[in-house]
This record gives sequence, C-alpha cells and structure tokens, in this order.
Amino acid sequence: MAHITLKDIAHSYTGESDNPYDYALKELNLTWRDGGAYALLGPSGCGKTTLLNIISGLLTPTRGQVLFNDENVTRLPTEQRNIAQIFQFPVIYDTMTVFQNLAFPLKNRGRSKTEIEPRVIELARMLGLEKDLYTKAQHLTADAKQKISLGRGLIRQSVNAILFDEPLTVIDPQMKWELRSQLKYLHKQFGFTMIYVTHDQTEALTFADEVIVMYEGEIVQVGTPEALFERPEHTFVGYFIGSPGMNITPCELQGNRIVIEGHEITLDCTYTDQPSSAKIEVGIRPEYLRLAPPQEKGLPVKIIKIDDIGRHKIARVAVNERIFHVVMPEISAMTGDHASLAFDTAHTNIYVNDHLIAGERP
Amino acid sequence: MIQKQVNQKAWFMVLPVFLLVAFSAVIPLMTVVNYSFQDTFGSNQFFWVGMDWFRDLMHSERFHDAFLRQIAFSSIILAIEIPLGIAIALAMPRKGWGVPVCLISMSLPLLIPWNVVGTIWQIFGRVDIGLLGHSLASMGIDYNYTQDPIAAWITIIVMDVWHWTSLVVLLSYAGLCSIPDAYYQAAKIDGASRIAVFRYIQLPKMQGVLLIAVLLRFMDSFMIYTEPFVITGGGPGNSTTFMSIDLVKMAVGQFDLGPAAAMSLVYFLIILLLSWIFYTVMSNVGEESKNGGA
Amino acid sequence: MQLELRKVSKKVGKEFHISDVSLTFEAGTLNILLGPTLSGKTSLMRLMAGLDQPSSGTVHFGGNDVTGVAVQKRNVAMVYQQFINYPNLSVFENIASPLRIAGVAGPEIKKQVAKVAALLKLENMLARSPQELSGGQQQRTALARALVKGADLVLLDEPLANLDYKLREELREELPRIFSATGSIFVYATTEPSEALLLGGNTASLHQGQVTQFGPTIEVFSRPQNLITARTLSDPPLNMLPVTKLNNRILFKSHLEIPVLGQLPQLPDDDYTIAFRPHHLYLHRTSDKAIAVKAKVAVTEITGSESYVHVDIAGIRWVLLAPGIHNFAVHETIEIFMDPDQFYVFDRNDALVVTPNAVANVE
Repeated sequence: MAHITLKDIAHSYTGESDNPYDYALKELNLTWRDGGAYALLGPSGCGKTTLLNIISGLLTPTRGQVLFNDENVTRLPTEQRNIAQIFQFPVIYDTMTVFQNLAFPLKNRGRSKTEIEPRVIELARMLGLEKDLYTKAQHLTADAKQKISLGRGLIRQSVNAILFDEPLTVIDPQMKWELRSQLKYLHKQFGFTMIYVTHDQTEALTFADEVIVMYEGEIVQVGTPEALFERPEHTFVGYFIGSPGMNITPCELQGNRIVIEGHEITLDCTYTDQPSSAKIEVGIRPEYLRLAPPQEKGLPVKIIKIDDIGRHKIARVAVNERIFHVVMPEISAMTGDHASLAFDTAHTNIYVNDHLIAGERP
Repeated sequence: MIQKQVNQKAWFMVLPVFLLVAFSAVIPLMTVVNYSFQDTFGSNQFFWVGMDWFRDLMHSERFHDAFLRQIAFSSIILAIEIPLGIAIALAMPRKGWGVPVCLISMSLPLLIPWNVVGTIWQIFGRVDIGLLGHSLASMGIDYNYTQDPIAAWITIIVMDVWHWTSLVVLLSYAGLCSIPDAYYQAAKIDGASRIAVFRYIQLPKMQGVLLIAVLLRFMDSFMIYTEPFVITGGGPGNSTTFMSIDLVKMAVGQFDLGPAAAMSLVYFLIILLLSWIFYTVMSNVGEESKNGGA
Repeated sequence: MQLELRKVSKKVGKEFHISDVSLTFEAGTLNILLGPTLSGKTSLMRLMAGLDQPSSGTVHFGGNDVTGVAVQKRNVAMVYQQFINYPNLSVFENIASPLRIAGVAGPEIKKQVAKVAALLKLENMLARSPQELSGGQQQRTALARALVKGADLVLLDEPLANLDYKLREELREELPRIFSATGSIFVYATTEPSEALLLGGNTASLHQGQVTQFGPTIEVFSRPQNLITARTLSDPPLNMLPVTKLNNRILFKSHLEIPVLGQLPQLPDDDYTIAFRPHHLYLHRTSDKAIAVKAKVAVTEITGSESYVHVDIAGIRWVLLAPGIHNFAVHETIEIFMDPDQFYVFDRNDALVVTPNAVANVE
C-alpha cells in the first residue's frame, strides 16, 4: 500500500509541445493519501482516463513524475507497479472457472496452492460469489463478471492502489446499488487506496471521500462531496454536480445585496466591490430554493412546468428570461402559474468570472 | 394503410437457384450414383452390379493406401499451417505502417492460382534449372522430387504451406484484432506471462476463427489435386497419389467409370462426414460463447 | 394512428423472449419500456418495428393487422444506443437521407431538415461531419434523422445510455418537448427508473418478457399493482419486509411486530410482503405512528446533500435515504423509523393489497 504523488504531471498525446492546446492533461500536482477513496469526475474528454492510465503505467506522462510512497515509478511498466485496475467492460478469462479467475494473479506470482485456496474462498464469500466458484466465468451476468474483475484486484493483499475506470457502465441500475455499496464496504475492510474514474456524479460522490473534478484537462476542484455540493469553487462544478445542477444567474452585487432582474435579495455575507468588467453571477442549488404563494416575499416567478419524478418534484420557473430549477417535496401542491421564489441565503454563493468568492459575515 | 397479405412471390425468386443447383449438383451426382451401381464394356451398354464396386473399393489396397496418404497429408498440413499461421499472426504489428505491408504480403500467395503455384514450385525445385533444386544439389543435399518420394512429399507440403498459411494468418489476425485492449492491460496487471496471455486470452478469443481456419484447411488439403498433379503427377511411383489423383487416374486414365463413381461417392461421404463433425463442434463452441455473452 | 399489440408472444428455441403482451399506444404519446437487461425491451421493439414476427398474437397499426408486413413497408424509425450516422455524409445529408430515399424534392428537403434541426438545436452543425460532433450531438443527429421521416412510430432503444451523465440530463429534459412537437407514437426503452420518471409519459414495466403494468409513469411509480413493478420502478432499490399476519398481529420472524393499523386489519391471516421506498425510512421519528427498528449499518454513501445508509436487519438489506450528511461507522447499530402510512402491502402472489395512505390520500 502506498500514498501516491503526482508531481508536475502533464500529458500530450502528440509528444512534448509548447502549445497548451496539445495537452490532454495540463500541469497538475496531487497527493493521494494511503487508504483513501478518491474519485476523478468529469465529462468525457476531460482527461480523467488519461490521468488514470498515467497512474497505472499504461501511459508515460510527457512531463512530471509519479511517486508511489517516495519511489519514482514514472518509467516503471504496469506489471511492476503492483496496482490493480477494473475496466469499463468486465475482463474475465472465459475458459477459466470463477475460482481460477480469482486465483490467477496469485498463480502468476508463483504462490502455492495451499496459500491460494483459502484466500480465494474467503474473497469469494465477501464478494458473494461462493455459489458460482466452480462455474465457468463466461456464463455469469455482467455484474458477477465485474465482481470477478474486482476480486482479481483484491486477492493480492499487497497492491498499491486499485483503479476503477467507469466500472458500472454495463450494470443495471438496481445492481449498481449492490455493487457500489459492496465496493465501499470492501474499501473499509481492506483499506486499499482506491481511485475511481466516472462521469456519473452519483457514483463519484457516493464512492469517494474526496472527489477531484476535472474539466478540459485541468483540475477545477478537489473536495469532499459535501464541499462540492455546498460550495462549488467554479461554476462548472456547480453545474456538473447535482441533478439538476446549480442555478447560476447573472446579478448585480453591492455589499450584501444582489439584484436579479431588478429584484433585490439581501445575503448573509458582505462582498467587496468587483470591477465593472467582471462577470458576476449568483449560484444556488435547486434544493435551497422554495416556491411560495405569490403574495409571500420573494422573487415573482412564472411557473413553466412541474415534473413529478417520484420522490420529489422539479419545477422550472422563470424570472423574465432567467430560468431556475426548484426541487419541491414529494407531496406539495402548487396552484396557478405564478409563485414567489425564496432563496435560502445561507446556501447562496457568488461567482466572479466563474470563480467562487468569499464574503464576510457581519 | 398497409394490409397484411400472403405473399408467395418469394418462391419464384428461389426458382433459378433451384434449377442451377439441379443442373450443377443434383443431376451430376445422380449420374455418378447411377454409374456406381453399374458396369459397362463401352458402347454405352450398362448392366447392374449392385454393391460390387463398393465392396471392391473397401477391400482395395490401392484405395486404402490413397486414403491413408490423404489423412497423413492433411494431418501434416494442419499440424504445420495452424501453429505457424497463429505464430505469424501474433508476430504481426497491430498498428502503424507495418499493418498494410504485412496484410498485402500475406494475401499475395492467396491470389495465385493452384496450377501456377504448382508450376512455380515444379520449376523452382528442378535440379537442373530450378534455383532451389540446384542450390540444394550444389550444397550436396540429395534432393530430387521426381525420384525420391520423401523429397516429393516435402516439396508438396512446403508448397502448400507457402500457399495457404496466409489464410490461417489472416483469420487469426482478424481474431486477435477483435480482442479489446483492456484484456491485455488486465493481464499485465494480473502479472500474466506471455504464454498465459496466449493460453487464456488470445487462444480462447481466436477459437471461433481458428475452427473456421481448421475446417477450411482440412477440406482443402483433403481435396488436393492440382499441385501434386503438376509437380509429379502422383509420383514417384504412387507416393503422392492422393485420393483425388487416384480418382482421376481411375476415371479418366483407365476409364473405369463404375469403380471411379463408387470411389467418388465414398470420397464425398468421407468429406461430408468430417465436415459435419467440424460443423457440430463449431456450432457448439459458438453456442457456448453466445450464452456467455448474453 | 394507434399501435396495438394483441397477445403477442415471441419464442426463440424453447425460451419465451416475449410472452403474452397486450399493449395499446396512442398517437402523440411517449411510451417507456422499463426493465433490466434481457427483460425483453429490445425484443418487443423489434416486434413493433416488424424486424421480427411474433410467434403468436398480432400487431395492429391504425386498426389494420400489420403482423406479417416487412419493416420497409411500415413507416417506422429507430434510434439505437450506439450513435449510428453515415460517417461520410454531412449532418445535413445525414438528416436528409430518409427524405432522399423517399424521393422528396430538394427545396422541400431543405425545409424539413431546417425544421428538425431547429428542434434539436443542430442548426449550426449542419455542414459538419458526424465525427466532428460530440456524442450528444451525434445522438441528436440520429434522432433528427428519425424525426424527419415523419414516421408513425419512432422507437428509441436506450438512446442516452452511451452519453455522459450531464448530457443525458439535458437531453432528457428536451426530449418530451421534442416528442410533443410531432404526432408520432414514441416508444422509449430504458433500464433506469429515474429516466422514466424524468421523461414522464406512460410506462410499461417489463419483467422476463411480460408487461407487469402499463399506465402513466408517475401512476405506475406510486401505485404499482404488484411487487415486481414496484421493484422495477425503484432506484434506489425498494425496501422489503416479509411478514406473517396471525390473529391480528403482524410479525416479521420474531424480530419485529408491526401495529395493525389502517387497512391492515381487513387483511386475512397470511404471508405478506411490506414494501416502502428508501426515502420513507427515517433517522428520526416523523409521526406518532412511526415504528422504530434497530439496524446495523453496512455502509454509508454521501451524495453531498443526502446520505444513503445501507443497513442490515436480520439478514435483510435496506437502504435509507436521508437529507443531510450522516456518516455512520460500519457495523454501528442505529435506530431507524418507518411509517406505516407509507407501506405498500403485497400478498403471497405479489399482488398489491394495500396502497399507502400517503398515496391514497392524494386523490
């Protein structure tokens, strides 16, 4: 087991270049604590898989160093880095039984049969595969196959890290829950460093202690799920995390007051004056907006539509041309086309040129 | 709106194929069947002999020899071409400029007609004017395919390997290319050796195409005619008289239509039987991987 | 125009891929086929399209029996999970291709393509080739091609499955608007209950080739007629509790006694399954009726605003969804609460016998 350090890493698929646009991964520094659960989250093409492959050794970075503990492994091939990786599509050895699949990494390392057997059986029990131990792996369902891929990583107790590359892509929603919670449980049991790449925020947030949000080859925020949700440092994080994402609307800012489309709201914090050229926006999660009858205090809005999605409702409302999403409780009745939109000012963020700014509490 | 209708037009579409098959396969086959139960002394006079020709054939040493020769030849061909083809496919580059170069040079032998291949090697191997034959002779190696049965066999085998290994290579290569990268990466991570990668990833994933390759090469080599015919005409002696050559000798050379017909039927049944065995094996394997994929 | 399947079955070998499905889809509606992989969504679509013929039963379109009619002769469009476009044609030509095949005149093609492109926000991409587009735009192009035909029936087989989460979210929001702009029958297959709920429309819940329920999506969600439908519509998974009713007592093994309230007294003595959704399991007492249970935490997942607490109770795994951040240690024993007003009760044949008061009262 090891902590992993990425030092000045950058990668361009066309080789060393002075043009920053050639870089799929722009220069970054990161340290991953031993035993942590991390997620790399971002849309496709943001460089998250590139970063993962650099850690696993399938790619050698154009610049920078990868350190496992304090050993430089930048040029070491994958097999010598002692890591495990689980891919998007389950990789199993078709002709082998589940037992043989799980035993394979140990067998390759010349371990004795007496050592392998109890470990495979123990692991199969933890993964819920004990019933199928002696069936051919190719006859199993996708989720069982993915468990086998995972098991081949877990069987080696000495691995430095386990890397996941969108491992739940081919799994049905209901099975995703089971696999995800099992993964989290196994993490707590084994304490391996785990790095999980995904574009799915639910997977990233539920899996990781710390999420690294990437956008266009850069890290835009590193933080706990709570921090990413409550205080996104960049409007992209606000938009990308949460379903629906954060409402981000241009506003005017004066001290502790903002003006949206001519309507004033008083905030909890006071902000310093910003240059007139700056793009100032207010960001608030749909969960922190509330619709009230029109006569109550708040922004007068027009209700465009309300979707009942089961456990709650999502309202789309408009102030002039500005659209807001509002999450409403499961049982809530709203009549008429007009309503009043109330902001929870404790959870209202201000962005200047897409970056979060801190205010001062009175 | 569209109405459901019974449409029998499709039968007319099938008719030409019916006729074609009838004239090209069924009628000739029936003629052969007809011949195999009759004897003739020429001038188109036939009389019924029942199973005589078949009985003779089953006891004919000549037929046994040809059959054994044929089995030996096909086995050698498969034993060489399949492993060699896989080995070459494994060695071929998976990307870059080498890919088209390899693919084209691999397909070249396949484009040459059988009798041309035969002629090329016939000349190539001649001791007097052939590059190969002369070189070998001048190195002091006793090589003469017209006199030495072993030399003749080696020549024909080398020729077939040269001509047809490419087919196995191309099929195997296609199989190899369809394996996703993740498998190789996972194997690296699992610490698998090169041999383990071959045994547990490449070979199972190539199984389907390999069975096709084996089937094609088996059937083709079992029916080999042109090459030995061009090179030695089945000699020296009867050493390269394979079943098809024997058949032609009997039918055209000796004009023993009855025995030849019986033999061609038996020959046909043997190929049919073996193909059926291959087909069954193949579809079973296919079924298995389908279930696994579902 | 109306699509009707009457007692349709499809048998392949000895297996029934579809068994005895009867469904009616009206023009201008969105119909979702919801079910896990291999539940028969694609098989059913192929039967609707005419790509396959049913082993028994009939398919009717606009009142006519079209069972044997080939797909080419039906006015059907299909969109797949993979982004299927002609790589060597521009986006414009891709969208125009069905019209070209139909022999529509040039100016008319331009008009039609422009209209559909506007609907799908592709106006600025028309000159590009599909490879230069993002996945979302490629799928929009495929969708545009399906719509431009003016097909009576548009089949979409997990069209968003290969897209990024956020792109999915955007398209999901747009799709109902796009669908309602045409008068076609839309059939949309998905494995995700949340997708079905976001899209709205009607949902047919599928299980092993059978339709377990069909109706307005939110109705199927809140009033599932059987246990399997309730489970198919639940993401996170449905919490279940097998119980036995005996002499006015409802017992789960010997661990738990459920007070016999509401409609429960009317039930005859038998085995039942009580089911409720994760957001109806609480960390705090929410009403006087709430039943407290001790449970062992298996794992906690935090989404930033909510926590999913997976708990074990006498060998049963439940999921609790609570607002806020709650981080429990593994194997910690906590007290959780359930509200009998939110119980669905299914009988031993998995049929619904009690609808939660909370749902029943909405009417």
